Amino acid sequence: MTVFLQSLISGILIGGVYALIGIGLTMIFGVMRVINFAHGDIMMVGMYLTYNLFTLCGIDPFASVVICIPVMFLFGGFLQKIFINRVLNALPQNQILLTIGLGLIMSNTIMLIYTSDYKILTTSYSSGSFRIAGISISEPLAISFLITVIITAALYWFLMKTDMGQAIRATAQDREAAQLMGINVKRMSVIAFGLGTALAGTAGALITPTYYIFPQIGSTFTLKAFVITVLGGMGSVIGATLGGVIIGIAESMGAVYISSGWKEVLVYVIFLLVLLFKPSGLMGKSRM
Amino acid sequence: MPISEKVMLKIEQLSFSYDGLKVLWEIDLEVNEGEIVTVVGSNGAGKSTTLKNISRLLKPGSGSITFEGTDLTQLESHEVVEKGIVQVPEGRKIFSELTVMENLRMGSYIKSAKKDRARNIDWVFGLFPRLKEREKQLGGTMSGGEQQMLAIARGLMANPRLLLLDEPSLGLAPLLVRNIFDIITEINRKGVTILLVEQNVYQSLRVAHRGYVLETGRVVLAGTGEALLNEEHVKKAFLGI
Repeated sequence: MTVFLQSLISGILIGGVYALIGIGLTMIFGVMRVINFAHGDIMMVGMYLTYNLFTLCGIDPFASVVICIPVMFLFGGFLQKIFINRVLNALPQNQILLTIGLGLIMSNTIMLIYTSDYKILTTSYSSGSFRIAGISISEPLAISFLITVIITAALYWFLMKTDMGQAIRATAQDREAAQLMGINVKRMSVIAFGLGTALAGTAGALITPTYYIFPQIGSTFTLKAFVITVLGGMGSVIGATLGGVIIGIAESMGAVYISSGWKEVLVYVIFLLVLLFKPSGLMGKSRM
Repeated sequence: MPISEKVMLKIEQLSFSYDGLKVLWEIDLEVNEGEIVTVVGSNGAGKSTTLKNISRLLKPGSGSITFEGTDLTQLESHEVVEKGIVQVPEGRKIFSELTVMENLRMGSYIKSAKKDRARNIDWVFGLFPRLKEREKQLGGTMSGGEQQMLAIARGLMANPRLLLLDEPSLGLAPLLVRNIFDIITEINRKGVTILLVEQNVYQSLRVAHRGYVLETGRVVLAGTGEALLNEEHVKKAFLGI
């Protein structure tokens, strides 16, 4: 029982970070119908940003989130304005090529600067843990989960309660009608891509204390983000949150009860089962 | 509101093609301040295409569209709304995952309308008491008639000076159709100029000051609503008399 609870809790903790990545991807898809295949690479850029802030300026990786969010938001807004806005009405395959290309440029630029060596960011609490009711909880995972919850709650509030948040949701639900309300949908796209990028970058910052940092880490996470998004229902923020936690738990349970080499298999079995019985995803009907 | 001789919207020689298929042929159309002007015609005559050209959801192939001297063809859709031209689209296009109240809030998204939000909400709830009862309901869960009311109410939230209505009576029960046309007249009395596109030829010519008959992308007749109602061609083609 303790083992079960233990793996359940670590699954939920890591699932929080996955949820951030998934929410970013689903928001971009919801507003623009563009699948961002550079999503994992954007997360990787966030990791290197955090790594540099730590090694060069001595800023704690969790504190660096405060810098990471605005910097990555601007980075995303820039990508949208310069590149993505041009392909909004293009064929899907052209959009895919563009985002894959952007991802390749990011990972190879980072490789050029930092080489493909694995880097580790060690903090005083990297391997720390504490116990609650006999269950050991990793300190960095717990802190990152807390930050994730705060960010997700703030994002919900923004999307549900503010005029701009509602305008973003309106754009996702009916782009043409949004234009007729006087909403500048291109601007909403820039903001949505900026937010998605900021979320992915923040997720990157949050995992630096526990993951290896290397230029090719992005592709794994792009795939993961895609699975989370499809699992939850494309375009649904609540779905992506749920999907992230489910994938986190599945990985953690798989590693404990099967073997760590097989944990991905469990993830994809769940993924396929959901697609088989609910092809539109868990929250498929609901848009943003 | 008294009708003035002041031309508000002027369309000259507007042509438009979808992928090489020409659907509008050199259309001329004018709306004076304070009027209800209707464009009638059967399905596929080019009525909606004309409205979408005004609101810039479609970019015209050739011709000019000016609103109080401003060339609309240089603007983006959201800038047209800021000028005071608001389109209530065909098929309602309600934001299905937003509540009735949130839909209305989106209607007053532009800066100039935000300050009048509370007043306008009172106004549209007065016009459509049903919407007040459904305030917290999601737009997508309402009936067709309620959605049409919401679409019009949402359009009014932007303080329009010219309201473009695209087939507001489409798919509504006969009793509701009467109701919608009464409300259009009432909105006009409050000082909103209206350009109404309709397949319901009789009702729209009845409420309109002037009308245009569109057939396969060309203006074939124009005149006052009453004159058009008595026109032989209109009677035969649309009214079944």
